[in-house]
Amino acid sequence: MKQVAVSLADQADMDIVGQEIYRGSQVQNADPEELRLLERLRSGDEAAFTALVDRHHNSLLRLALAHVSDHSVAEEVVQETWIGVLEGLDRFEGRSSLKTWIFRILTNKAKTRGVRESRHVSFSPLDGVVDGSDEPAVDPSRFRTTGHWAGYWTTYPQPWDENTPERLALSKEGVTFLEHAIEALPPKLRQVLVMRDVEGLSSEEACNVLGISETNQRVLLHRARSRVRRSLEKYIEGGDRPA
Amino acid sequence: MTRDAIKIFVLDYLAGRMTCKEWVEIVTDYLEGKLTFWGRIRFHLHLGLCRGCRAYLRQTQQTIQVLGRLPEEPVPQAVREQLLQRFRARKSESS
Repeated sequence: MKQVAVSLADQADMDIVGQEIYRGSQVQNADPEELRLLERLRSGDEAAFTALVDRHHNSLLRLALAHVSDHSVAEEVVQETWIGVLEGLDRFEGRSSLKTWIFRILTNKAKTRGVRESRHVSFSPLDGVVDGSDEPAVDPSRFRTTGHWAGYWTTYPQPWDENTPERLALSKEGVTFLEHAIEALPPKLRQVLVMRDVEGLSSEEACNVLGISETNQRVLLHRARSRVRRSLEKYIEGGDRPA
Repeated sequence: MTRDAIKIFVLDYLAGRMTCKEWVEIVTDYLEGKLTFWGRIRFHLHLGLCRGCRAYLRQTQQTIQVLGRLPEEPVPQAVREQLLQRFRARKSESS
């Protein structure tokens, strides 16, 4: 909890803190599209700003909810984050990607609020027990228990239609189902899943933001993906497929 | 040799007896490119012979795909206005 006491006001400092967590290696932001976006933001392009807010607002909200329980507090945290982004925009040096930087600001702000709410989520070695990071990827009852093929599938998972991802993402019901599945994840699994799979951060970037090791991150990602696959399997095979 | 005998030979001897239960636990390591050379070989030998695990891998990939395609949700108008005001204020400060 002590790291929260570090001044969060100075975004430039946070960048340095992030680099240290990231074992000293440099993330060079070379994405030309992002450089252009940064340029537009700095020159006061409102359309660029609204697009940026629309793109990340939802994920920021999901991530904030990993630290604070109250939805309205989470909304506030996200607003504070955007204000932090605006304040730090000129000082942002592009040593991490813009997205990573925004998530880091969010995480710091949310942690501070979480401490005040005393619902702070910290990473400790004992956490696996609580957050399900040591549970099996697949329900053990899906595997045979006796004979030569013990440990092999009892019944094979059924292949999903090739267009399943598009179909789900385009149906309101499918999207709502997925949002709930993400919300149902324990906070740390949710954080990693949102950053990696929803927002498309690299594992290095996610570790950087969360201040966790690559191995820990991979374990959390594995559990999170396994859980979401499991829920989707029930949803898809439950017959109530979205039209 | 029957199909089962071939399967047993490959799975038990070449793939180092990795059950489906064990295999599903290394899927993320595989997708993240973190398996060792031999780990990858065992992974693929099992995959090649197991229809269930092929479906499982595909489902996992599809799960990741759909997560990356979740639609953006527009920010509530009030919040957007407030943020835009801040954005404009910042601009006038700096110029």
